[in-house]
Amino acid sequence: MAAYQLPQWAALAPALLLALTGLVLFLIDSISPRSTDRTLLAGTAAVGALASLAVAVWFTAAGVGTPTVDGGEGVIEIFDGQFVVDQLALYFMIVVTIVTALIVVASYDYLAGHTYQAEYYSLVVLAATGMATVAAANSLVTIFIALELTSLPSYALVAILKDNRGSVEAGLKYFLIGALSSAIFVYGISLVYGATGVLQLDSIAEVIADGGADGFGGLLGLGILMLLGGIAFKTASVPFHFWAPEAYEGAPAPISAFLSSASKAAGFVIAFRVFNVAFPLGEIGNVIGFDWTVAFVVLAIVTMTVGNFAAATQENVKRMLAYSSIGHAGYALIGLAGLSADGGELVMGAALMHLLVYGFMNTGAFLFVALAEHWGVGRTFEDYNGLSSQAPVACGAMAVFLFSLAGIPPFGGFFSKYFLFTGALQAATANTAMLAVAAALVVNSALSLYYYSRLVKALWIEDPPATRDRLGQPTGLYAAIVVAAVMTIVILPGFGPVAEAATGAAEALVN
Amino acid sequence: MMIEALIAVALIGALVTFVAPNRVAGKLAFAISLVPAALSLWMFTAFDGSGNALLDGDLAFESHLEWIQLGEYSIEWFVGLDGISLPLVVMTTILCSLAILSSWTPIDSRESQFYGLVLFIEANLIGVFSALDFFVWFIFWEAVLIPMYLLIGVWGGPDRKYAAIKFFVYTNVASLVMFGAFIALVFGLGDAVTSFAMPEIADAMVNGGVQSSVFGIDPGTFTALVFIAMFLGFAVKVPVVPFHTWLPDAHVQAPTPASVLLAGVLLKMGTYALLRFNFTMFPEQVETFAVPIAAIAVISVIYGAMLALAQTDLKRIVAYSSVSSMGYVILGLIAYTQFGVGGATFQMVSHGLISGLMFMSVGVIYNVTHTRSVEEMSGLADRMPIAVGILVAGAFGYMGLPLMSGFHGEFTIFFGAFQADFAYAPLFTALAMFGIVIVAGYLLFALQRTVFGPYHLETDYDVGRAPLHDVAPMFVLLALIIALGVAPELIFDMITNAVDPILNGGDL
Repeated sequence: MAAYQLPQWAALAPALLLALTGLVLFLIDSISPRSTDRTLLAGTAAVGALASLAVAVWFTAAGVGTPTVDGGEGVIEIFDGQFVVDQLALYFMIVVTIVTALIVVASYDYLAGHTYQAEYYSLVVLAATGMATVAAANSLVTIFIALELTSLPSYALVAILKDNRGSVEAGLKYFLIGALSSAIFVYGISLVYGATGVLQLDSIAEVIADGGADGFGGLLGLGILMLLGGIAFKTASVPFHFWAPEAYEGAPAPISAFLSSASKAAGFVIAFRVFNVAFPLGEIGNVIGFDWTVAFVVLAIVTMTVGNFAAATQENVKRMLAYSSIGHAGYALIGLAGLSADGGELVMGAALMHLLVYGFMNTGAFLFVALAEHWGVGRTFEDYNGLSSQAPVACGAMAVFLFSLAGIPPFGGFFSKYFLFTGALQAATANTAMLAVAAALVVNSALSLYYYSRLVKALWIEDPPATRDRLGQPTGLYAAIVVAAVMTIVILPGFGPVAEAATGAAEALVN
Repeated sequence: MMIEALIAVALIGALVTFVAPNRVAGKLAFAISLVPAALSLWMFTAFDGSGNALLDGDLAFESHLEWIQLGEYSIEWFVGLDGISLPLVVMTTILCSLAILSSWTPIDSRESQFYGLVLFIEANLIGVFSALDFFVWFIFWEAVLIPMYLLIGVWGGPDRKYAAIKFFVYTNVASLVMFGAFIALVFGLGDAVTSFAMPEIADAMVNGGVQSSVFGIDPGTFTALVFIAMFLGFAVKVPVVPFHTWLPDAHVQAPTPASVLLAGVLLKMGTYALLRFNFTMFPEQVETFAVPIAAIAVISVIYGAMLALAQTDLKRIVAYSSVSSMGYVILGLIAYTQFGVGGATFQMVSHGLISGLMFMSVGVIYNVTHTRSVEEMSGLADRMPIAVGILVAGAFGYMGLPLMSGFHGEFTIFFGAFQADFAYAPLFTALAMFGIVIVAGYLLFALQRTVFGPYHLETDYDVGRAPLHDVAPMFVLLALIIALGVAPELIFDMITNAVDPILNGGDL
């Protein structure tokens, strides 16, 4: 109850707590520059992320952001609707903070002996702040600002291994493509503004509904396509996915996990909110001449197919995971592809669930790569041969992540894929193009099994090379991996509340 | 709560065994596995259900728990047993215990992981046979794959990697096909179903079926397509010719206990699912597709037996003979008569016991001779009379010797198939019966060369008597086989009780 006696802006607490944590880290750094007190730095960041997570979960449970008709406290609008704290915002804040907490804990070991400790943690937390803000942003301007707050620290983080050519090169590539896509995105914003004269998402919808954008259909359509381009970059979807394998491969593995899980989720929340709120289906179709679901149908199919086929041909584990993460972006795009003028909360909710589960399993898989890099065993499938005989716990967890990514029961990934498939088929009863999407989902899932199980095979079935040093058991990395694995499994019996939160958020958004 | 208890004991036991030291893992896992076995035997005596679980029957040990609400569809934890699933659950728990006992000798590395995985499989197998919500059922169905994949891949023979991947990919792709078709069917049924509970879906299918066109396909064609897709999905698991090629690889490469579970229980998952889905929910399509399915069944019987005839590896012979035996089960199902379907269900249990026994005895022989090639040994009866005696007994069970369970299973299947309504049913049955001749042929031929005649072994291992923990499980199985052969009504009554509603619900 206390939640709504607080001032309105307190509803943004999850994001504010992250921002505060970032500032505290700067403070620590200014008091003791070049501190290598990893426990203090990682601990501060972890506490901040966990506090933010706890607040977001508490808000969700207390009904903050849930429409009053559903027995909640009502959606909270802040700064005249520039920000809005609803179920969707809180849901994505939970996803982002979970991933951030895992990353921070894992980085404790990964960064041992590294120079820029405080910078690293504060950048991670600031990027997370950006992502949490993106989730609540309700105007094209606040979205863009939050997006840049996410992107700028990410560029630096990818390149933070300054002595590592791969890392620096990846950072540069990421930055260049990121700058280009930001430019496209902001141009798209200006076109939408030109056509409608407003920036706040619900106002855009109102203008369109009132016929204020009639006659500017082409302009508006082009603007929407450009927004779509910016989102495709952030979510690593076709056609702006090229940076992902390079950046993920070169970046420190925890950062790869961060980008491919949390940053992707931030991209999706923009997509979900902008397209649902600002450009409602039906009305927008009358103005610009086509429904944007068509674009997402194509993007979803192409993205998942490109991602999975490319992943199947990789020899480098991290690149394989990078392409698989492109494939998973394709799965999540089904959430938008399956919408129709009269609903689609099932498929949308499934996409939300997939992003949450993906936050655990994909982060965990990348953290295992971080562990392997920590051990120094190498990067290819062969280098991973027989690791299970030396590190059964971590390899067991990795098998869980991989099977979950492939969508095999009884792991979390199965659930969300199952629901996506169910949702896609339900949408197909109205829009037969979704049959193709559902078929692509099945075919790609079957294909993905090939390369995921190849890694399981390397870990568990192949014999280890004769000479391999004893492998250490770094506490932080192990803790993060085990927690992610346990969550990937435990989410199974606990899927009721997750599904409830996700479909609730989707329902509020779609209707 | 009894079913939950069974699953929980196996799951917790799996976790405990995973972390137990290697040296005690085998004994620990065996002790743990006795609990579900004992519980399921108690459930067998306390069984009070009647009718078919999917068609308004009275379930035994039923339990429900709300789980997930997904749009207008609710998913719940829903388990229960009827006369079809209970015998299979009992068979599963007993076979798992015995399989664990029979692994003490051959498994000598990473024991705790091995036994943990076996217990994990057991938990999922119990789940497959008791789950009555499609979603729950599918989780258990797929979750069996991972541990089996690892059992074959880590502890298997020289070609284990290939065999494990092949097994995994074949069965998983088949599951996806079946899964997609079934979900489409649920949507096709429209407002008639609001959950994934199998009884509700079966009820909607039998009383009305798909009413309006789905995805632009007219209802009749759509239902037929779903039926075919699901049949294909399960056919890989059974397996029937021509989807059988994963089976010999998986069986031969798998370590003995995994082969026992593969042949004994995993194959039954396929036939059980066929019975539960295709043959319960689609009575009209069963009639429509009776002739092609009967043809597939007969081809499996004859071709599987011929393949077995051509093998020289004892384990391969037993593996191919499973293809042939599963053909009988399909024939019994498609007959769609009380004796046909009842006999097929009985044969599932019977074949589980007999093939388990065969794989165990081949395993015991391999443990001491380190060869499975028929050509490299002869006269084993001289050195290991007990183990070989059991092998011979098992082979006779396979051939359908009266007073052993195989006889009752096959006899009722043939009896039922002769009465079947579809075209040329007696001809198909006669052809399938000819399979028994081939079965007798290859088994007797193999036995003659390996166990009889003068003692000779190409490898220079010292052949002694098998230890008690190798022989004991085989005796237990043999006792069960004979018990079911002498008194088939032990389970046949409850099976026919559960089978009858299927046939009455249909048009036959």
